[in-house]
Amino acid sequence: MRIEVDIHKTLRSNGRDFTLDVKFACNDDLGMVFGPSGAGKSLTLRAIAGLEKPDYGRIVVGDNVLFDSMAGIDVRANERTVGYLFQDYALFPHLSVEENIAFGVMRWWERKLSADAARRVAELLDLFELRGLNKAYPTQLSGGQSQRVALARALIRRPDLLLLDEPFAALDPLLRGRMRAELVAIRSMFKVPMLAITHDPEDVSALAETVIVLNHGRVEKVVDVKTAPYRDGEGRIVEGSIRELLTGTDKAGPPSLPRKTIRAVK
Amino acid sequence: MITSQEVFVPLILTLKVAGWATLLATIAGVLIAYALARLRFPGKEVLDAMMTLPMVMPPTVLGYYLLVLVGRRGLIGEWLYDNLGITLIFTWQGAVIAAAVVAFPLVYKAARAAFEGVERQYEQAARVLGKFEFEVFLRVTLPLAWRGILAGAMLAFARAMGEFGATLMVAGSLPGRTQTLSIAVYEAVQAGKDDVANFLVIVTSIVCISILLASGRLLRPSYAA
Repeated sequence: MRIEVDIHKTLRSNGRDFTLDVKFACNDDLGMVFGPSGAGKSLTLRAIAGLEKPDYGRIVVGDNVLFDSMAGIDVRANERTVGYLFQDYALFPHLSVEENIAFGVMRWWERKLSADAARRVAELLDLFELRGLNKAYPTQLSGGQSQRVALARALIRRPDLLLLDEPFAALDPLLRGRMRAELVAIRSMFKVPMLAITHDPEDVSALAETVIVLNHGRVEKVVDVKTAPYRDGEGRIVEGSIRELLTGTDKAGPPSLPRKTIRAVK
Repeated sequence: MITSQEVFVPLILTLKVAGWATLLATIAGVLIAYALARLRFPGKEVLDAMMTLPMVMPPTVLGYYLLVLVGRRGLIGEWLYDNLGITLIFTWQGAVIAAAVVAFPLVYKAARAAFEGVERQYEQAARVLGKFEFEVFLRVTLPLAWRGILAGAMLAFARAMGEFGATLMVAGSLPGRTQTLSIAVYEAVQAGKDDVANFLVIVTSIVCISILLASGRLLRPSYAA
């Protein structure tokens, strides 16, 4: 699915200005916005979700124009069918796991879930291995469990796009690898396009198809990492190539390091 | 001898007046607190100060203001009497208004602090999950602020029960109609009925202490955020 972002926003805090001036398009179903903290990654993601209003610009997800200052379009956050995974998950502390997951499909006057919604909640509980935890409260969950609840909660509405804000930053390093694999599985199972932000090159290596590099509120480069020189003949990631790309040590454009060199370095 | 007329009538009346006053103060307090906690507009802190004013002003001064507003010739009172035939002065409803105004800042302050303590991220999560503002308020903000609001409402109830000055100004001291506990204590002492005064004082103290204990419990969070 195609995502087009072209937004401008100036933030003022403590007398210091930060200008976000971001323009990119992503045709792949797994885009990753990479950059150091303070680069404007979160702001960009929040603008796509409708949680932050750009000063001007345009945001298009698939066939839906979500924001277009020229045309006076600004779809409200609750009417954009995008899922959002908050960095620390933002699970509702007063609701159980089950109620958190059901939140998006329950109207305010309903005390009980409809049969259809209850079936979907049960499916998701199974899928995310949360069955025994359905009555638990968020404070009783581990980091990995919290993340699975947050994913289930976002996916129950079958969003057109899933936005992930530093999905692995809150997890300990051992868990990260597992959750990356889990995210790949979710992606193929739900067929949901994703746009994630990260400052960890490992995330990009493991998941990205397109990487958007952000720095100081601007897009430095947009790189398709599905093919050579980032992948070998079998589609496996070429070791070190992504790190090379992201650290920007290479001045002559995308790295075209022969694999021999990498082996030699190792 | 203490007669039930001397004790239970004022007690029941006081509970009725304080109950209604708390209800009114809570509804108004929650709505205004939510608006002030979430909206940004010029003069917000001036409005906040005005909402807190009944807490620091002498109750008799408040009572006087209320007379000016809801008295038979008052700004609102005249309209009420001419159009609806309602008189508030020297009625238990008048006592409710007086107690509600005096108790309002307690529930307003508690509700504002409670709303400001609700992390915005939970509301944003609800919005992204397709909820419009009213649903966000009802299903996320209010439940998360609920305990603070309830604690404030209980303090407001205790304050309304003890209301004396403004109530006396607006509703007077008509035995069986507007004579609440605190006014009855005053009247009993004035009349030299020490046994009645003692009994009323003990009843009032027990009710107020129970409320403070209960609201203290509510203020302790059950789930750490």
